[in-house]
Amino acid sequence: MSKNWPLWEVFVRSKNGLEHRHFGSLHAADAEMALENARDVYTRRNEGVSIWVVESKYITASNPVDNGELFEPAQDKVYRHPTFYDIPDEIKHM
Amino acid sequence: MSENQIKNLETEFEARIARDEKIEPKDWMPEKYRQTHIRQISQHAHSEIVGMLPEGNWITRAPSLRRKVALLAKVQDEAGHGLYLYSACETLGISREELYEQLHTGKAKYSSIFNYPTITWADMGAIGWLVDGAAIINQVPLCNTSYGPYARAMIRVCKEESFHQRQGYEIMMTLANGTPEQKEMAQDALNRWWWPSLMMFGPTDAESVHTAQSMKWKLKRKTNDELRQQFVDQTVPQAELIGLTIPDPDLKWNEERQSYDFGPIDWDEFWQVVKGHGPMNKERMKARVSAWENGAWVRDAAVAYAEKKKEYKSKEAV
Repeated sequence: MSKNWPLWEVFVRSKNGLEHRHFGSLHAADAEMALENARDVYTRRNEGVSIWVVESKYITASNPVDNGELFEPAQDKVYRHPTFYDIPDEIKHM
Repeated sequence: MSENQIKNLETEFEARIARDEKIEPKDWMPEKYRQTHIRQISQHAHSEIVGMLPEGNWITRAPSLRRKVALLAKVQDEAGHGLYLYSACETLGISREELYEQLHTGKAKYSSIFNYPTITWADMGAIGWLVDGAAIINQVPLCNTSYGPYARAMIRVCKEESFHQRQGYEIMMTLANGTPEQKEMAQDALNRWWWPSLMMFGPTDAESVHTAQSMKWKLKRKTNDELRQQFVDQTVPQAELIGLTIPDPDLKWNEERQSYDFGPIDWDEFWQVVKGHGPMNKERMKARVSAWENGAWVRDAAVAYAEKKKEYKSKEAV
């Protein structure tokens, strides 16, 4: 029969207070094995306190071809930044 | 896409790399960039995996528990490095199965250094010190290479490698300070591993066909000869410090260049080993393929178990 193990993405929280970050991927037969393998492959030196794994096929990613449409509109919206607004110099913190 | 459009894309692509921008998996890339990266990253992954074999040979015979846990951890790291690199390679659109297939059929190469035998315990020292030392010099510039997933994998690999080199040097140092027989064993290992280690940097610049392209894509920052020189300059004093002699009668400090001159490398031997006629090529592939084939039932059982559990869950839900 020989079926291939699916691909999983691994996210690790390096310490409490920080978010989980994408660390890489690996192959495993199921979620439990993916967690065990992630522990051995990505946290051999205290790199983490928590691991998430998700099968890669469940991730929907944006396409770089659409980057202009998606991200460029934000570039000319300078009024979303505090430095766009003039206030008197006397006001030190605002 | 018309030829002109592709040309524009290629120009823009080269400009991005020149600006030190990273290329990520879903970005457009020239087919040659993709193929070159698949070749290099997979060779690198295969080298880590095959690299476990010469050292695995000594785990059960390590001279103390301290040496044994260190060697085990090092070999486990190599498995890890292989896995980081395989998954980086898979982002280029090739499957793990295809990669294994290329290794097992001999279509893909791995570092020739692993086709030499490990006949004494001192070889564990020489490998860590020289082979991992050479690998670090080759790998550090790759932390900054243009392909994002490769660069990220290399950052993790490099962080972990320096322990490998230090544990090897410590083994050599201990033997060199031991009985005359132990010192002789260390010297013998250095004699056998020195030249193959120099060959790890690849053919001379004049013979190296990929250098120019690889430099442009930041797969290389320095040429083979520059890296080899760096290795010699760094390693000679380390050998002197522990009273071992580099097996090269032509080795001499060059005051003008502020570098060591060294003797000619036996490139015939290099090409013989690359082409599969090294002392251990057949043995290494046999061990690798039989591990893969004999593990098939375990992989199949894991899939069967995962499916059964899924069925169970869906029945429970009803």
